[in-house]
Amino acid sequence: MSKTTKLLAGLAATALLANMANAQETTIKYMTFSAAPNYIAQLEETIAAFEAQHPEINVEYETAAFSDYFTKLQTLVASRSLPDTFELNYENFVTYAERDALLDLNPLIAADESFDVGVYNPTALAAFALDGKQYGLVESFSNVVLYYNKDLFDAAGLDYPSADWTWDDELAAAQALTNTETGVWGTFSPIQFWEFYKTIAQNGGAVLNADKTEVTLATPENVEALTWMIDKVNTHKVTPTDAEMGGQSPEDLFKAGKIAMLRTGIWMLGAFADAPFNWDIELEPGKTQKAHHFFANGVAVSAQSQNAEAAYEWVKFLTSSKEAVEIRIAAGWELPAVTDEAALEGYLAQPIPESREVVFEALDSAVVPPVIGNWNQLTDAVGKELDEAKLGRKTPEQALTDAAAIVQGLL
Amino acid sequence: MSAASFSRGWPKYGALAVLLAPSLAGMAIFVMGPILGSLALSFSSWDMFADIEWIGIENYTKAVADPAVRTALGNTLLFILGYLPPVVSIGLGLALMLNRTFPGRTLFRAIYFVPVVTSWVAVSLVWKWLLNPEFGLINYGLSLLGVDGPGWLYDPQWAMAGIVLTSIWKDVGFIMVIYLAGLQEIPNNLYEAAEIDGIHPLQVFWRITLPLLAPTTFFVTTISLINSFQVFDQVWIMTEGGPAGATSVIMELIYKNAFRYYQMGYASAISWLLFAIIFAVTIAQHLLQRRWGATE
Repeated sequence: MSKTTKLLAGLAATALLANMANAQETTIKYMTFSAAPNYIAQLEETIAAFEAQHPEINVEYETAAFSDYFTKLQTLVASRSLPDTFELNYENFVTYAERDALLDLNPLIAADESFDVGVYNPTALAAFALDGKQYGLVESFSNVVLYYNKDLFDAAGLDYPSADWTWDDELAAAQALTNTETGVWGTFSPIQFWEFYKTIAQNGGAVLNADKTEVTLATPENVEALTWMIDKVNTHKVTPTDAEMGGQSPEDLFKAGKIAMLRTGIWMLGAFADAPFNWDIELEPGKTQKAHHFFANGVAVSAQSQNAEAAYEWVKFLTSSKEAVEIRIAAGWELPAVTDEAALEGYLAQPIPESREVVFEALDSAVVPPVIGNWNQLTDAVGKELDEAKLGRKTPEQALTDAAAIVQGLL
Repeated sequence: MSAASFSRGWPKYGALAVLLAPSLAGMAIFVMGPILGSLALSFSSWDMFADIEWIGIENYTKAVADPAVRTALGNTLLFILGYLPPVVSIGLGLALMLNRTFPGRTLFRAIYFVPVVTSWVAVSLVWKWLLNPEFGLINYGLSLLGVDGPGWLYDPQWAMAGIVLTSIWKDVGFIMVIYLAGLQEIPNNLYEAAEIDGIHPLQVFWRITLPLLAPTTFFVTTISLINSFQVFDQVWIMTEGGPAGATSVIMELIYKNAFRYYQMGYASAISWLLFAIIFAVTIAQHLLQRRWGATE
């Protein structure tokens, strides 16, 4: 055998082996932001559990921090090299679904006899459907509730917030709790777009009409709601201004005992667990009705994926399998959007805060973001006008009228 | 082989070509390619998802009429007005001071140059704290003087001033170093002659130093002007264009259109408009400089 023949034989053998490996195993790629940087170990654990059940499928993951994730994903879209599966939050989901980047999972779900979408919380699952097509499976959800410092309430001799509180009750308590000498502020909610669309819902308002064809920003009830948000800062002085906050986060101030009532996400439950005072959570006060934020993350399959079936198996496992749900809950890695009460026991059983069930009660009055295809333009445009009103450069009415005119052009 | 024969014909250009090839290839692929690509994209509508659609000059007509472009351009000019004259004159002042001989001169030169080689991210974050209305050193210093400091980055009236201040601090060392080089070029016998004639130092500055520094001044203002049209990093980190759009500059608008609004074509068109403006300003500056040089 000459050297050349040996070499050729070697090459042929390698190629053959590689082909055999390919025949046995499919590799799918998964990209995520929620695992980075704190939950990599849990992600790897989930992948290992999946690969144990599906030895023929390999999952390769890639992570990026939330702030970089969508720029990175968008670059992959532009170069036509999207991973087979990737995480999307609800807001960006619409952008991707409307632009035909995602695979409709309905045919795969229909063909899958062992699987029932009833395992998911229906509101959460519906968030990832568009025009009757299921473009993703819901992975986790979070919402925003009212956190309050019990010790400060006790010191002021006030009753704790209750589910039937309205804005007026909140204001009365906040005025009693605010203490300029000790630097304690009564209540805090930011003045920005996300807080705004939730707050106007508490007064029966909305950004857009139900079929998203018309802008309903500049209605009297929305003006009233924005006025209330700003009055807490400028008139009643129960909430610090941006300058008074001086770049500190409201969460840090709450944990330092400087804010008595704070509207923030359930993702803070873990971080506040070791706060040096007693605290609990309650439903947010409303004006004419209750309204709570609802944020969801889903996992989608790329419309271009060559391994759609394997990708679907992974997505299904990641979002609904017993193993994945258990890993998630044990680590506090957001809240899986499943209906299985037994699985959620572990979440409710944790001792701090006492009223953990509020997290689920808030789902009854969930408000989803008014997402449109031009979502980032919408949030920037309304956010800028809210700034104008907050800084007193425009009246709330003027700001909302101006915002409405811009948003109408984006629909 | 003598130096003269090496500098002519094939050996010279062949060697040059070989030595420059790697960096030229890099330039072509990573700089020239994207630049030409953006020119092509500026005549298209592309959201990165769908295929590229050619729409002629629509992006340009839209940009010219867009109030957001006008606001951003206005804010950029405001930045330039606030930044360019002080940074050049302070840089010149520092160069004149540090051109004298005194102990520790090299140390001071290094100190003023340190911000230039510091990353914009670090500088912006530090200055964000210095300008903090509640806890910042600047307002604390003002309070010692009995002045109630402004809200800086939280106040639309003052936010641009905060960004200008940061930028001057960061860039003044660069201007200083170029001027120091310029000062070395001025022949010493001119100063000796002036001394013998007993000319007032201020006259020496106006009649000798400044005119002979004209080429340096031209270089420094051109470079600074081009850079300040492209002001971005400090704005993005310190204010993201806020509050209420008070620091929205042209580069920030381009970035938002490309990477937040999925409008690559429109963002490219604004980029090329910015290029046209910078090009026109630089040409105008060049013509002015030639006239100025001629009358000297």
